Amino acid sequence: MQNSGSQTPRIRHRKRSSEGFQEASKANGSHLLVHDQNKYRSMLIRTYSTVWMIGGFALVIYMGHLYIAAMIVVIQIFMAKELFNLLRRSHEDRQLPGFRMLNWHFFFTAMLFVYGRILSQQLVNTVTTDMVLYKLVSKLVKYHMIACYALYIAGFVWFIVTLKKKMYKYQFSQYAWTHMILIVVFTQSAFTVANIFEGIFWFLLPATLIVINDIAAYIFGFFFGRTPLIKLSPKKTWEGFIGASFTTMISAFLLASIMGRFQWLTCPRKDLSTGWLQCDPDPFFRPEYYTLPRWFSQLFPWKEVAIMPVQWHALCLGLFASIIAPFGGFFASGFKRAFKIKDFGDSIPGHGGITDRMDCQMVMAVFAYIYHQSFVVAMNLSVETILGQILMNLTLEEQQSLFMKLGQIINETMTAQS
Amino acid sequence: MAMQNGSSQTPWVRHRRHSNEDVQEASKANETHLLVNDQNKYRSMLVRAYSSVWMIGGFALIIYMGHLYITAMIVVIQIFMARELFNLLRRAHVDRCLPGFRMLNWHFFFTAMLFVYGRILGQRLVNTVTSDKVLYQLVSKLIKYQMIACYSLYTAGFVWFILTLKKGMYKYQFGQYAWTHMILIVVFTQSAFTVANIFEGVFWFLLPATLIVINDIAAYFFGFFFGRTPLIKLSPKKTWEGFIGASFTTMISAFVLANIMGRFQWLTCPRKDLSTSWLQCDPGPLFRPEYYTVPKWFPEWFPWKEMAIMPVQWHALCLGLFASIIAPFGGFFASGFKRAFKIKDFGDSIPGHGGITDRMDCQMVMAVFAYIYHQSFVVGQNLMVETILEQILMNLTLDEQQTLYMKLGQILNERMTAQS
Repeated sequence: MQNSGSQTPRIRHRKRSSEGFQEASKANGSHLLVHDQNKYRSMLIRTYSTVWMIGGFALVIYMGHLYIAAMIVVIQIFMAKELFNLLRRSHEDRQLPGFRMLNWHFFFTAMLFVYGRILSQQLVNTVTTDMVLYKLVSKLVKYHMIACYALYIAGFVWFIVTLKKKMYKYQFSQYAWTHMILIVVFTQSAFTVANIFEGIFWFLLPATLIVINDIAAYIFGFFFGRTPLIKLSPKKTWEGFIGASFTTMISAFLLASIMGRFQWLTCPRKDLSTGWLQCDPDPFFRPEYYTLPRWFSQLFPWKEVAIMPVQWHALCLGLFASIIAPFGGFFASGFKRAFKIKDFGDSIPGHGGITDRMDCQMVMAVFAYIYHQSFVVAMNLSVETILGQILMNLTLEEQQSLFMKLGQIINETMTAQS
Repeated sequence: MAMQNGSSQTPWVRHRRHSNEDVQEASKANETHLLVNDQNKYRSMLVRAYSSVWMIGGFALIIYMGHLYITAMIVVIQIFMARELFNLLRRAHVDRCLPGFRMLNWHFFFTAMLFVYGRILGQRLVNTVTSDKVLYQLVSKLIKYQMIACYSLYTAGFVWFILTLKKGMYKYQFGQYAWTHMILIVVFTQSAFTVANIFEGVFWFLLPATLIVINDIAAYFFGFFFGRTPLIKLSPKKTWEGFIGASFTTMISAFVLANIMGRFQWLTCPRKDLSTSWLQCDPGPLFRPEYYTVPKWFPEWFPWKEMAIMPVQWHALCLGLFASIIAPFGGFFASGFKRAFKIKDFGDSIPGHGGITDRMDCQMVMAVFAYIYHQSFVVGQNLMVETILEQILMNLTLDEQQTLYMKLGQILNERMTAQS
């Protein structure tokens, strides 16, 4: 066994463990995409589904923020259903009536908590015209946290009361599994929706970069792929990886410029309406003019180039999308091997389930949100913008409360410094 | 079937099929599993009492020393709990094939620690170093980029995990990864909320913790002397008499203790920075006693004609209600967990009680509730105001904050005069 391990990775004569068996069946030089005889047919199927997905996606983008958020919620529900069903064992479930309901109870609680926090301000702004509704919604928003906690505790108590002898281990594993799924699914969708309401640009650009990275890696691997990248995903190659990285970064730079011209994409949405948006363009989206060096302009017709500051940020997003986001895919592959699953589901022909498509998107969505909060929002904050936010978003009582608290804090800081 | 007949008899005698879980109960069958009938109960009570006295004594000392030391104590407890729980489901022979895998757990632990305490104590840290300009700039910058720093650390751990995946070990590694996340979430949520509560006033940490201890001790004693009816199959030693007696005791103590604790400024004042010096503050309307005249239907021998009740005592009743009814479910959860994975105790640090997690199971549920209760009903937290305030403090310099303050003051003044 040691001798064969030092040969080319294509031929493997390892110990016949269950994980090794899958690769043995693809041995004798057939697992790299370049050598796959069926590759043209599988490419057609994948292309067909891809076209449909991209088309539907473009339509939803056109329709607006609320519909995109709704699409994300629907994707979330399907992902959670796929993942909940993954490790259940039906013969045990028959003895535990109502146990499946517990999963969906926690799902509903998480939904209420996450979207309540993110969309609370937008919701309040939507109902400002109606006094009664405004009071009701404000009260709901105020007691939102304790309501979600009460629901969670109810689920916790219900879980303990329904613990059944000899099923303890299965029930505890399912409980932990439910928590992990909900955390994974909701973190990324929460951040995605938060980004959407800051401006569709901050959702569309990262998502598009992942799609471009995926497609470019596939095409580069199709034509040039020779060196395997990682044992976890035997179809991925270094040529595909590097080619896709360059493609992604160049597209990031160009796409940011194209997308930044549409106010529909760059304006933040302050409420839950679906009408047309108008706003003052962010300083990020205003093109700055750089004169090109003389040797460049002798070869090319352009004398100066207009670059929006946001394009530099897009380069960072592109870098992350090509280098780190694929690890989401590796994680999913490793997970499938660990639990001997072929795909998470079979909703999408040629691609597998929804979770198979969303694995890299999830990692990217979290990064996009954190990047946006740390570098984009922070840079934009000045006295005027914050004052504007305060006057626009807070009621008079809230403004006064903020004023008092700020006064206290400033006083304490001044006394400490003197 | 013989099994069906057996289960319809009194729960004392069980003739069930010998599964693993049943062996534990079968050995306690024949009327020995209720505490009242346990012949060894006096000796085990002495051992438990001895450890309890030491724990309570040490705890009181830390309370006296102050907020920062209590936080340090919580961090230490957290580290021990995490270590107990990390070790619980590891399998030593598999670990030997994975060098450096244990390090991953502690990497995530460190990242979680930085994230959680950075957020909670960030503003207070800034307030501590305001006297030194250079340090102030440095700390403000650190706080500003805290989120992305923690995210980078987490992503580094994630990538490291994937790169160290080893063939044939995938299932074990993924299981350990999920287990690590669950442990860190459970341990850090409750300790984060506990520390946040401490800096709002030691009262909001001390009262809930004391109520859990009282509930525990009272349930033990009521069960010791009166316990007859078992409460729940998960914990055969718990009885309904213990539960109900402890509930009454807890609620009465909550009412009384809130009054006693509310008189000390050391306990009721919030701490705005990380210093350890003496505290002075305005106690706030919650801790000012209001006088109620005793209604006429009270018996003649009642010595007080009017009672001074602080509003906080009503809040304490709610805390007491939760501590007696819901918090024990934390204990049931831990018992069920131990049965599911066939563990006797989480550890053996404390004689007579088991490991640290065994003591902290109910405290964890209570700490989360105490924080959420405090934020919702005592402070009346307004999310929008807090987020904007946080943005102001994190992103503007002191001069800019003052400019904002003055401009806002002007605008509010204009609005007030326009309205009147």
